[in-house]
Amino acid sequence: MKFEGTVLTLLGVFYGLMGAVYWIWSKDDTGGVMLVGALALGLLPGLYLLWWYRRSGKRLRTEDRQDATIEEGAGVISSFPDSSIWPFVFAMGCFMGVLALVFGTWFAFPAIALGVMAMAGFTAESRRGGDI
Amino acid sequence: MEETLSQLESAQESVADRSPRTKKRALALAIAAPLLLGGCELPSFGAFHGVTKTANSTFKLWQGFNVTAIVVGGITLLAMIWAIFAYRAKDKTSIPKQTQYHIPLELTYTIIPIFIVIGLFAATVVVENQVVDEPAPNATINVTAFQWGWKFTYPGHKAVVVGQTTQSPIMVMPENKNVLINLRSTDVIHGFYVPEFNFSRYAQPGLLNTFTFNANKTGMFDAQCTQLCGLYHTLMYFRVNVVSQAKFDAWLRAKDASTTQQEVIDANSAIALENNAGVAVNPTKSNGDGAN
Amino acid sequence: MTDLIERPVSTSDGDNVDHGTETSHHHDHHGPTGIMKWLTSTDHKVIGLSYTVTSLIMMIIGGAFAEIIRAQLVSPTSNLVSFSQYNELFTMHGSVMIYLFVGPFAFAGLANYLIPIQIGAPDMAFPRLNAFSYWLYLTGSITMLSGFLVGGGAANFGWVGYAPLSSAANSPGTGADLWICALLLTGFSAIFSGVNLVATIFYLRAPGMTLFRMPIFTWNMLVTGILILLAFPVLTAGLIMLYCDRHFGTHIYTVQGGGVPLLWQHIFWFWGHPEVYILALPFFGIVTEIFPVFSKKPVFGYRGMVFATLTIAALSLGVWAHHMFTTGAVLLPFFSIMSLLIAVPTGIKMFNWIGTMWGGKVHYSTAMLMSMGFLFTFLIGGITGIFLASPPLDFFTHDTYYVVAHFHSVVMALVMGALAGIYFWAPKMTGHMMHEGIGKIQFWFLFIGTQLFTFPLYLVGLHGMPRRMANYPINPSWQTLNEWGSVGAILIGISMVLFLVNVIYSWKKPVVAGDNPWDGHTLEWFTTSPPPSHNFLSLPPIHSERPTWDYNHPDHLAIEHNHKKQAKKSAKASAASDAS
Ligand code: HEM
Ligand SMILES: [Cu+2]
Ligand SMILES: [Cu+2]
Repeated sequence: MKFEGTVLTLLGVFYGLMGAVYWIWSKDDTGGVMLVGALALGLLPGLYLLWWYRRSGKRLRTEDRQDATIEEGAGVISSFPDSSIWPFVFAMGCFMGVLALVFGTWFAFPAIALGVMAMAGFTAESRRGGDI
Repeated sequence: MEETLSQLESAQESVADRSPRTKKRALALAIAAPLLLGGCELPSFGAFHGVTKTANSTFKLWQGFNVTAIVVGGITLLAMIWAIFAYRAKDKTSIPKQTQYHIPLELTYTIIPIFIVIGLFAATVVVENQVVDEPAPNATINVTAFQWGWKFTYPGHKAVVVGQTTQSPIMVMPENKNVLINLRSTDVIHGFYVPEFNFSRYAQPGLLNTFTFNANKTGMFDAQCTQLCGLYHTLMYFRVNVVSQAKFDAWLRAKDASTTQQEVIDANSAIALENNAGVAVNPTKSNGDGAN
Repeated sequence: MTDLIERPVSTSDGDNVDHGTETSHHHDHHGPTGIMKWLTSTDHKVIGLSYTVTSLIMMIIGGAFAEIIRAQLVSPTSNLVSFSQYNELFTMHGSVMIYLFVGPFAFAGLANYLIPIQIGAPDMAFPRLNAFSYWLYLTGSITMLSGFLVGGGAANFGWVGYAPLSSAANSPGTGADLWICALLLTGFSAIFSGVNLVATIFYLRAPGMTLFRMPIFTWNMLVTGILILLAFPVLTAGLIMLYCDRHFGTHIYTVQGGGVPLLWQHIFWFWGHPEVYILALPFFGIVTEIFPVFSKKPVFGYRGMVFATLTIAALSLGVWAHHMFTTGAVLLPFFSIMSLLIAVPTGIKMFNWIGTMWGGKVHYSTAMLMSMGFLFTFLIGGITGIFLASPPLDFFTHDTYYVVAHFHSVVMALVMGALAGIYFWAPKMTGHMMHEGIGKIQFWFLFIGTQLFTFPLYLVGLHGMPRRMANYPINPSWQTLNEWGSVGAILIGISMVLFLVNVIYSWKKPVVAGDNPWDGHTLEWFTTSPPPSHNFLSLPPIHSERPTWDYNHPDHLAIEHNHKKQAKKSAKASAASDAS
């Protein structure tokens, strides 16, 4: 966590510095704003990870320790889905959605229908399998 | 070769401490001069020598970059070829020494490129300042790009040259004079590109671009649009006719006296007229080809 | 249908061969089969393969467009295709190759398949999001290609879609809207892939797999993921604004109404330049896996390599306007120095690859030949890129064939990297070897074809031939150069046919690969080919970035492979105990 957070934070800070130099020198707001956005995109997850590291008592996870053995990681990792039709259904909804943007609003009806179906499906699925 | 390299490196030192504008100019000259001299015997590496002042400097910069690239790229290439051929495995199983780091070596190939890059940048800045410089103009031409042609007007004079696609209109300009170009577009983005001037610039809607040419050779130079601008982008040609000041003046005077406001110049261009896309090429004949 | 996944166990001492194969899979698949399996799978391996196959199909489609373009250019006045068809062809060629082939192949195809295995994880962090991202990509690809079916034809304003040429007034067709919408779909797909990559690498590594023990491929994918998250949202926002301009009467990119056309270029290239590294880094990663394996050495300068990758990520957000030097409206020195500086970390990588072979035992497998071809071709592309970073030089090469040649040197190097990756990992993915002989013939066609294709284009560009021209002035030297370029393109085409031949041949006459045919270094070579569901039944101890090598060759550990002496000692100790 510590190193992950540091990498993102440092990248963000670099973009910030570069952005400051650029904005002052060029007076171009477009690039300035985008670089400040990049600063934010670096700091947001970076500082979050560092904060989390601190909150967890600066404990290193097994994957952060040079001397960790495979046994130390024993136990459940997480729950992983095996198969699910809903990503496909949801993507078809999105597909219909963009077709609505191109060919006309009537495509929005199947888009919304598929979207709602997929949403319901996702929710039901995680409830069924969600014993973690 | 090594000479040019060291010149590039010395350029970097001098640019670092530039302060007042005149001193900067002098320095720029001091750096550019050996580059210019040293560059004379070098091959062209495929590019145009250039027929304007700035095109010549750009060409020297091009040569300098090429020399550097050949030295650096050559060393890299030799190392690559050596590594590939000299260490070919003779058997399937033997295992070499498991070297992973060589810090001094790694630092070397980090630091040397940084210096090369700074040198290249210094040389770039010098030439770039010349290219974008805007000295007091002796003549001004307003260039307007449109789908799919060019229009050249001369502020203070009646001369107007307009042509579409294969008509290839001609921009007439005087030799050895600072000619200020005001570049505009009426619709989409076009690219004003004169290969032998070693220069191009976008013509953009809503944005005026200005730059200066100082041609040092008379003649007719082919030119065309480089930025995709729609269906007939392919055919958006024009030409530049560099003439002596006297001829230029005479041409302008003739235009001022003439009653036809607008001149369309047919280029007898090398492009096939019956185009596959069915371009409605308008073979309007005009009275000549510019100032000749 | 979710499974609770437990960590794989550690490999017991002396169990050297056949890890995994002896036990049957824990949970044999209760899931659907056939087409339903494809539609519903959330397994990163199935999704990774779907991505790989789909993107290769896109490469072939994009390649077919390219061959037509080259056929047109053989003669200056050719009318094989009309002007408007020509504009559609190069637009779709660029778009298919960049948006639908190179990127998805790299950051979603191979990466999806390999990242979890290289870090000892059972799957990507968000398997359903991963599947969703594939379906967005597939539908996006269909959307883009369907442009050819609608009246008015496909988009024809270039893959960069410059405003105001892409406005409703200048490009009224449905094809343009399909192009925008396709990029919305594939853009979100890329963003989700990026999320998945970063989350997987941050949270699912095996014990002992510290960041500085990750294979370089994984490192590069992490940085690629970060760059995706920084860059793609900008493009998506830009596209939404473009759509609004076209349909909702806004004037963001049009002068009439107070907009600024230049804004599109800023937005596009703020995505576009990081994008070229999003495309390149995965392939750098691929060859960085291959050079060590076929030189039987660890990668030279591992830490320098990571440092270079991070530096590229840092600098690549500050160079976008080197594509806009000729607008006359950008800060030339800033973008020039930033772009020149990016050559430094790129150079470090170059030298590290050479250093990896140096003093090694170099085996000329097809994957290695492809990687060497990559090295040479990328050297050319990298050097010509440095020229373009100098504004005065860019002024006369911009939008000419010189630039076309520059980025084709680079992207053809990436294609070689892609094929290197396929030849290298196909045994892992399918369990069967690709045919080396056909592979080598393919390599020579590809390599010679590439140089024959790009070198004349550099020259004709320097002679002043602009890009995106269906016809060109009748000029013997231009025509000769173009003819050579087309010959190169034909050789490249033949090499792709040979690739298909190889795929079919290796499929019809399978040669079993075994778990570790190349004496690989990283964790994917520790598991079976193809890996079992959730990838591992057991894992070796992880003490360096080469756990499988360390396990198989305990006497040949990398010299000085850890930061801390402490860790080095413990590595030696445990390796010794493994060997006993
Ligand atoms: C040493 C590193 C590199 C430098 C300094 C560099 C520099 C440049 C510059 C300045 C341009 C703009 C040229 C112009 O349009 O006038 C350019 C174009 C381009 N580069 Fe590179 N480049 C480098 C590496 C790469 C890599 C790694 C890729 C791809 C993965 C790449 C792909 C492209 C593409 C696709 C274009 C053309 C964009 C268009 O359609 O206009 N370059 N490069
Ligand atoms: Cu044009
Ligand atoms: Cu770029």
